[in-house]
Amino acid sequence: MTTQTERPKPVIRLGDRVFARSTLIAGSLILVALAAVAIFLIVEAIPALGADTTELKGSPSNFWTYVGPLAFGTVWAAFLALLIAVPLAVGIALFISHYAPRRLAQGLAYVIDLLAAVPSVVFGLWGIKVLAPAVQPVYAWLTDNLGWIPIFSGPVSGTGRTILTVAIVLAVMILPIITAMAREVFLQTPKLHEEAALALGATRWEMVKMAVLPFGRSGLVSASILGLGRALGETMAVAMVLSPSTVISFVLLQSENPNTIASNIALNFPEAHGTGVNVLIATGLILFVITFAVNFIARAIVARRKEFSGAN
Amino acid sequence: MSKRIEVRDLNVYYSKFRAVEGVSLTIEPRSITAFIGPSGCGKSTFLRTLNRMHEVIPGARVEGEVLIDGDDLYGPGVDPVLVRRQVGMVFQRPNPFPTMSIKENVLAGVKLNNRRISKSDADDLVEKSLRGANLWNEVKDRLDRPGSGLSGGQQQRLCIARAIAVSPDILLMDEPCSALDPISTLAIEDLMEELKKEYTIVIVTHNMQQASRVSDKTAFFNIAGTGQPGKLIEYDDTNTIFTQPNVQATEDYVSGRFG
Repeated sequence: MTTQTERPKPVIRLGDRVFARSTLIAGSLILVALAAVAIFLIVEAIPALGADTTELKGSPSNFWTYVGPLAFGTVWAAFLALLIAVPLAVGIALFISHYAPRRLAQGLAYVIDLLAAVPSVVFGLWGIKVLAPAVQPVYAWLTDNLGWIPIFSGPVSGTGRTILTVAIVLAVMILPIITAMAREVFLQTPKLHEEAALALGATRWEMVKMAVLPFGRSGLVSASILGLGRALGETMAVAMVLSPSTVISFVLLQSENPNTIASNIALNFPEAHGTGVNVLIATGLILFVITFAVNFIARAIVARRKEFSGAN
Repeated sequence: MSKRIEVRDLNVYYSKFRAVEGVSLTIEPRSITAFIGPSGCGKSTFLRTLNRMHEVIPGARVEGEVLIDGDDLYGPGVDPVLVRRQVGMVFQRPNPFPTMSIKENVLAGVKLNNRRISKSDADDLVEKSLRGANLWNEVKDRLDRPGSGLSGGQQQRLCIARAIAVSPDILLMDEPCSALDPISTLAIEDLMEELKKEYTIVIVTHNMQQASRVSDKTAFFNIAGTGQPGKLIEYDDTNTIFTQPNVQATEDYVSGRFG
């Protein structure tokens, strides 16, 4: 054998190099895209902050009083949707993963996935034409009988196109993604942990509580946040279903409902001009910040109990 | 505490397939019984029928009787959940609940059986169970740390502590040392000697030295070929099985000629 040079150069094959480069490019692209959007939003939003907003709908005194109700409506509608969708999604996912006979489970999973394929404009139409008229009598009954609970207080909306209806539509829209992710997480529960619980004399439900849910906890948070992100940004269905006004109100069944940022942009952008455009873009920046904050909080929640996650 | 197991003509099926055929044996209380045999001979399957854990697999069922101090495990109206509370089990790979602390792991079974337990009772039980599993001194300062942070052998002893915390009558161990190093294995074997004073212990093992070291009686299972059911070939005192077995197959197996 001939002697080699003192430090042999590591062999880098062409395929490795191409692959490494392409992953690097792909990874950078996402950062560039994010930065481009953020820069665009910030640059366009700056003129809005000091702008005269009296000509906007509701004649707010400045930008912050304009965006306040919208930001509130966005978070409130998404929160309500999540409140409806998550327990339902967990139930469906558990049924599919641990209770249903295999054939039924597969069919059901398929139907849930189909729900994700329905365009949001169709959900909007369904919300106006079917859901709102259908729930209006229920709302009337609620205000009559449970009106003493503040969020159900009257007078009831005559059309049923309230924030609660929007939340229900949003819940249906985010149900598939949460269910699909929750199902995957639940199916990954190690057999060992399930058997450990069963061998201790756990019933099926106790086994789910001891082994499946704790194991799936962080995945469930991620799934919920993904759903929440979609609910926060959903435009079409909200714009179609909601009859908006500029209020901050927790009341669910009245005709005065806070609008959401995305829906407000969609409704007002076609007629906006001058600084009005900047104001709308600035509200978009606020939405961006809200979504970012929500994701951040969710990650913090997941990371807090990392040691107990089962990943180690 | 510590009950006799009598098995009468037990057959185990996975749907149509007969996995274990015609097993009859009696296991005395306060003893360690080892099941040995080549892979796929049905010893683990048979072990799982002693606390009805085989029912976790869809289509699994048994024919025959398993009597625990005279009560049929498979009698009408017997709840498998209650059976498993009396017959504890330790698995091949340590499986503490990763989302629970060491303490919560020990109390996991107790909380199922008896939801309300005062804090001092719980602390006493944790200490007693962990001492019983020879783990107390190693973990007493970190009871609130996750159980998954322990070494493999410690995790397995934690699982034993979890199993004995509910004071079962019988303890089943399905190859409890096969994922452990020799030192940890020795610790578990010493522990079994201790536990024998209070529990009926049944252990499945691939390690014949282990069977000869720890058990009082040994059952040898074998299989005629793939697709054939596993059968109990010979069941006798461990000493007899390893020195002068009655059946040729047993001698071939314990002397290392196959398996």
